[in-house]
This record gives sequence, structure tokens and C-alpha cells, in this order.
Amino acid sequence: MKKKVLTVDDSRTIRNMLLVTLNNAGFETIQAEDGIEGLEVLEDCNPDVIVTDINMPRLDGFGFIEGVRRNEKYRAIPILVLTTESDAEKKNRARQAGATGWIVKPFDPTKLIDAIERVTA
Amino acid sequence: MDMNEIKEIFFQECEEQLAELESGLLRLNDGDRDPETVNAVFRAVHSIKGGAGAFGLDDLVSFAHVFETTLDCVRSNKLEPTQEVLKVMLKSADVLADLTNCARDGGSVDEARSKQLIRELEALAHGTPLPGAAEAPAAKAAPAKPAAPAKPAAPAPVAAAPNDQGFVPVAFSFDDFGGDAAAETSAMPTFEISFKPNADLYRKGNEATLLLRDLSRLGEMSILCDMDSLPSLEALNPEDAYFSWKISLRTDKGEDAIRGVFEFAEWDCELEIAELAEGEQPVAVDGEAPMQAVPFDLSILDDEPAQALGVVEEEEQIAAATALETASNVLNLASAAAKAAEAKQAPASAANAASAQQAAAAGQTIRVDLDRVDRLINLVGELVINQAMLSQSVIENDTNGTSSINMGLEELQQLTREIQDSVMAIRAQPVKPVFQRMARTVREIADITGKSVRLITEGENTEVDKTVIDKLAEPLTHMIRNAVDHGLEMPEKRIALGKNPEGTVRLTAKHRSGRIIIELADDGAGINRERVRQKAIDNDLIAADANLSDEEIDNLIFHAGFSTAEKVSDLSGRGVGMDVVKRSIQALGGRINISSKPGQGSVFTMSLPLTLAVLDGMVVTVASQTLVVPLTAIVETLQPDAASIHSFGATQRLISIRNSFCPLVDVGRILNFRATQANPVEGVALLVESEGGGQRALMVDAIQGQRQVVIKSLEANYTHVPGIAAATILGDGRVALILDVDAVVAASRGQPLRLESALAAVG
Repeated sequence: MKKKVLTVDDSRTIRNMLLVTLNNAGFETIQAEDGIEGLEVLEDCNPDVIVTDINMPRLDGFGFIEGVRRNEKYRAIPILVLTTESDAEKKNRARQAGATGWIVKPFDPTKLIDAIERVTA
Repeated sequence: MDMNEIKEIFFQECEEQLAELESGLLRLNDGDRDPETVNAVFRAVHSIKGGAGAFGLDDLVSFAHVFETTLDCVRSNKLEPTQEVLKVMLKSADVLADLTNCARDGGSVDEARSKQLIRELEALAHGTPLPGAAEAPAAKAAPAKPAAPAKPAAPAPVAAAPNDQGFVPVAFSFDDFGGDAAAETSAMPTFEISFKPNADLYRKGNEATLLLRDLSRLGEMSILCDMDSLPSLEALNPEDAYFSWKISLRTDKGEDAIRGVFEFAEWDCELEIAELAEGEQPVAVDGEAPMQAVPFDLSILDDEPAQALGVVEEEEQIAAATALETASNVLNLASAAAKAAEAKQAPASAANAASAQQAAAAGQTIRVDLDRVDRLINLVGELVINQAMLSQSVIENDTNGTSSINMGLEELQQLTREIQDSVMAIRAQPVKPVFQRMARTVREIADITGKSVRLITEGENTEVDKTVIDKLAEPLTHMIRNAVDHGLEMPEKRIALGKNPEGTVRLTAKHRSGRIIIELADDGAGINRERVRQKAIDNDLIAADANLSDEEIDNLIFHAGFSTAEKVSDLSGRGVGMDVVKRSIQALGGRINISSKPGQGSVFTMSLPLTLAVLDGMVVTVASQTLVVPLTAIVETLQPDAASIHSFGATQRLISIRNSFCPLVDVGRILNFRATQANPVEGVALLVESEGGGQRALMVDAIQGQRQVVIKSLEANYTHVPGIAAATILGDGRVALILDVDAVVAASRGQPLRLESALAAVG
């Protein structure tokens, strides 16, 4: 069965890159544009892993991760964070919010898939 | 979708982000201190940087990075967004826009300017007394790999383990892990890894099983699980972490690769990695360590669903503890449990879905290729013509005029009009992007002239056809330049005059009776009528003793080659005068007027059609030809009587209208439809306003009526015809030509009809 990935990113460019990369790697991809929409679609799409950006309007990545972790059903789902550079402070905040791991942007498709494979069974 | 398409999307997105950035900065400049504004500005730059990084646009990335760093200082309140700071940022936004354009279209940017701004931005980021602001740029230099934990990687002797009895050896290798194998691969170093996850590791969605799986991919591995701290079932907290592992890994990948596996987990576990010295026995194959039974029967996992234990996560830990081979079974159980939970939540999630859809519906947009919209508009144009033709032929063939066909036709006409309006609305866009571009123009010109200018925009969301918007930018830019360069006084002079040293330029858009009105007002000196008049006399535009109203003098500035600036500045030296502005506005089917009050400033008012695809026209007959005169050009229509017609010179005739004389122009003669002038008394005069503000009375034979017509380009379908702007197809299927009023008026002044004078933009 195809693994399902939920991506949350406000940038159309990044969303498209994620979509192409993930689809090519055989994942089923569901996309949301910000944290609020991410939480909204989460219930329905029942993903295996979540990839989220940090800087987003309405609800940022930290808030989104916290929201996911508060959800009984998804509190142990792997969440990967997209960070633009290896900003230690942001990474720490994301981890404290409950992120599983991170992918440094600009992501390279292999690294993205590797990271997803790494946190999913 | 390929990378090129994504890149195209990226540049589209950049444009939006740049607009967002600029409007956000301007709001900050106006004293807006809403953190969301700062966040939006930050996000815009961040987003551009992120995308640019993906496409390897290094110049863009590095500039955006410095910019972002400084913005981050503002965001975290380390830097006060003063006017000075914002000035630098607005300029940086301009450079960012240049860099983006450059990345898309090639070309070069003003490197000195961008370097200078990078220095200024960095100075702002560093220059604050608060510590930490300067640290942000350093973050980029930090290696991508997180620093290794400070724990010493001392070997963990087996003896030091809490209980020798507590190990369950699990061989994890494709070959039997025997002494022979060890001998064969002895060149490969063996690592002793001690891994004790905290409960947090699981809470963040990490999974010991998966970490061990990844580790196993590095080489030959054997694992011992320490389950000593596992309490009795009653005391067991399913969310806690009880197990730890001792791993022996033979790999040539090195310690970094091992640490890499734990990259996401190393904060939430105790991890020790040590390289075994040659010949040292790995702990996992230590024969001394006796085995101990797992303290519960795994077989229950096969029969009972996860609910029996109530814990999915714990099972996974146990699975990892016993044998990785069983992992897949347990994971199946885990998903079974998840499915059961899902079934329970199904009604709730359905409700959520409904609300999510509602929320999404609110601001939904789609992006459509402009060509598709244009094709649709063309088709609707054809439909309108076809419908008109159908109506006409029905009327011709059905003399009763009461049949149901007529009723149906009327409804069809209604629907056609509605479809047309809706399609036109698709092309309508707010003038905001053009107005935003003007903000930059104002900044640049203020910099060059040393004037202090504030641009106020109103009605940015007023919508107009995209073609109009695209063609509006150039004349508007020129007018803004003029307003700042010629209109506004220098700050010292303004102070002397008791004015605010900062000049104001106000740009307003609004809808009025089916047209868009754009006003550009400055609070500068206004038109110097004496000078304009003198200049006009010097240039032989008017006679030295001409008696002109203030309005007429003001409108002289729209004459070709007119410039009142006493010294040619950087800006006015470009050879573009207000005449060019006027012509481009007219090419859009628009009009431009100026009103000015000395010492108080000038107001330019432009009135433009909302669309270039249709036109409200007066259908007239000239020498048995049907012509369409744009309604916007017509001031009034009148039926001349013999008494009001006066001869002037050999061929010229004037018509007296309310005690003033206006030249009479026979359209049929100008267009060479007939050889001799028609008798004015037999025709109708259309009073039109033309270039330069002068009025002319155009003579036509008869008026058929007013009609909205679909503009068809004559140039695209046939060839350019002097005096004719475009064509349209009437209800009877015949082609009617749309008159180029200005060209006809110019021709009546003795200038022959020329190709350039026609409305180039129509169609």
C-alpha cells in the first residue's frame, strides 16, 4: 500500500516540488497550505507521515506540530520539519513542539525520501 | 509537472511575495505595529529565499538571507522599525525584485547598490545594542549536522551493566554471526553502542525499532535488549520507556554514520558509541551472558488485538526487544488498532471535513492561463455578434413581432449580455500591482531629486481589465516622475512656504459610470501658467496675443515637445513629455485632464474604459457606410441649421454653438468616402473632444443608434487603415469600421492621415 504523506507549506513552489518528489517516489501526497488547513485535513487523510514548513501564515509549524501532538490519534505520528538552514534554535523549538526530525531546505529529493523512510515503518 | 514549470510557479509566487513585502513594509512605515505585518514581511522574504535555494539562485538566496536576518531582528523586537530602517528595507525590497527579475529574465543588477544595501542591512542587524541580533547571521555558518552530544564516548564495559542476566541476545545479520565471520571481516571496526531512549523519543514520533533497523543497514549487527527496568504489568505506564539496547555493529561506515542514524533522536536518549579495540569481544556474542525469558508471552499479541494491552507503542518496543522479524506483525496490529480508533471517530471526522470544505470555499482561486481566458472572451464576442444577427433576421422575417421566438430571443440577449459581463469580470484585476510599482518609482525619484515624498494610494482594489492595467504602468510612471520632479518643491522651499517639508502624492482609483477614474494629485506648486504660456509662445504653439483660459493653458502641457523644466534634470531629460502620456491614455480609449491651483498643486484625472474588448459606440452613417464612433469621445450631438453654419476661408466651415465657433469636419470627406463636402444642414454634427482639449464638430449623415460593439482588430485581420481604429461586426453581419476620432481631427487640421496616429492599442 502506498504510504500517505501530508505536506504543509505556504509556498506554492515548495508545495509543487514536494508533490513531484513524493509522487515520483511512490507516495500518496496530501497538501495543506498552512497549519490551520493542515489540522483540518489531518483527520480525513490519515497520513503515515507529516512534512511541515515552519514559517506559515495563520498557524505556523510550531503551532501545527503542537496541534497534531494534542490529537490522541496522531500524537505519535512522525513529523518532519522543513527548515531553510540548519538553524539550531528553530530546530530545537520544533523538537520541543514534538517534531520527529527535520529536512534542510533546499531539500534534495533523495534526502527527503531518506528522511521519510527513516521515520516510517 | 517538471522543474521548469515549478520554476515558473516560483517566479509567479515571487511576484506575489514581493508585492506582499512591499505593502507590508509600507504599512510598517505608516506606523502599523501589528506583529502579523512583520511576520508577513518576514515570510515573504523567507519564501523567496526558500524557493531560490531550491533552484540554486545563489545571488537571490544570499541577498534574501541578509534581508531576512535583519527582518528577524525586527520580528524579535531587537530592532525598532524606524523610518530610517524602513527606508533601507524598502530599497532592499526593490533590489530583491531586481534580483528576481534578473534570475528569471537574465540581465544584470546594480551590484554596487545591492552590496551597499547588504552592508546597510548587516549594519542594522549588528548595530543594535541588544546582544543576539548579531548571532543570526552566524547561524548560517553552523554546520548542517547538529553538534555531537558532549558525553564522552567511553566504552561501556559489560560488567558495568546493572544486571548481566537481563540481556536477550538477538542476532541481526544475514550470515550467522560466528567466529569465522568475525575473522573474515576483522578489518572492519566494531562499534559498541549503548542506546537508552527516554519517553520523549516516542512522544516525538521517533521509534526505536526504526532506528535499530537503520543501524542494521550500516553493517553486521547484533543487539541485546535490557528489559530490567520493565515493571509488572500493573505498574507499567504504557507511555514510558523501559528498554535500552546494547548494540554491536561491525561497519566500515564510521562513527559519523552511526551518529547520523540517531540524528533525530539523540536529544531524547542516552547514547554512547565506542569503537572496540582489535580483538575485543563484542558484548552481544559474549557467551557468558545467559539468556532470560521475556517476562510475558508474546503469543497473546497474535490472538488479542492491541486493545488487550491498550498500548500500541509499547508493543513496538517489545517487538524491537525480542526480534525485529516480528516487527511487521506488530505494526500490522498497530494499524489495526488505529483503524478501530478511526472507525469510532468517523462521524466526527465527517463533520470536520464538511467544515473544512466550507472554510476552503471562502477564498478559493484558480490560476488560469491568460490565453484560455482570451479565447473565451473571443468566443463570447462571436456569440454576441451571432445573437445580434439572429435577432435581426428574426425581426426581418417575422413582422408580427409577438411570437414566442421574439420572447426567447430577448432572453437570449439578456443571457448573452450576462455571459459577456461575467467573462469580462474574469479578466478584471485590481489596480494594486501597478499602484505598488508606483511606490517604488516615488522612492527612486525622491532619492534622485533629494525631495521628501509620501505616496498615498486609495482604491487599490478597484478592478479593471488586465490589458488596461498592463498598459497603465508606463504613463502612470511618467506622470509620477513629473509630479515629484516638477510638481513638488524642494523641502527647504516648502518649509519657507509654510508647507509640510514632505510632499504628498495621492493616487486614487475608483469606478464611475462604467469607467475607471484614476487621479494623481500632488500638493506641489501647481502649474506655472505664465511660464507655460511663454513657452507655448516661444514654441509657436499659440499666438503671442492668444486669449486662453486657465484650463486651456494647463492643457498646453500635453502638447508634443513641451517641457517647462528650467534645467533638464535626470528625469525629464528622457525625451518623454506629457504628450506621450496623453497619447498612451488615449490609445487605451481614455481621456486625461489636468486641473491645477497655483501653490496648492495639480490633479491629473484619467478616465479609462474597464475593458478593451467591447466599446460603447454611436453607430452612424457616412456616405452610405456604417461607422462606429466611440461614445467616450462624443460630447454632444446636434442638428445644425443653416444659420449656424459659417464659411471660413476657401473650404473651411465653422458651426456656432452657444456663441462659440467650432470647426466643422466632414468625416466622409476626410476618409475619402466622397469627393465633395456634404451639406451640413442635411446631416448631424457630433461634437467631439480631441487631443489638446480642442473641440470639433464631426459631420455625419445620420445617427443609427447607440450600441455596445465587440472590437475586432483591423490590423490583425486585415491591415491598418488611417483614420480607422478598429472594426466590429454588426447584427446584420456587416463589418462596421470604428472611427479614430483623433486621427480624423488631426487630418482636418491639414495633417494627412498617418499610420502612427491611429489607436494602436485597440483590439
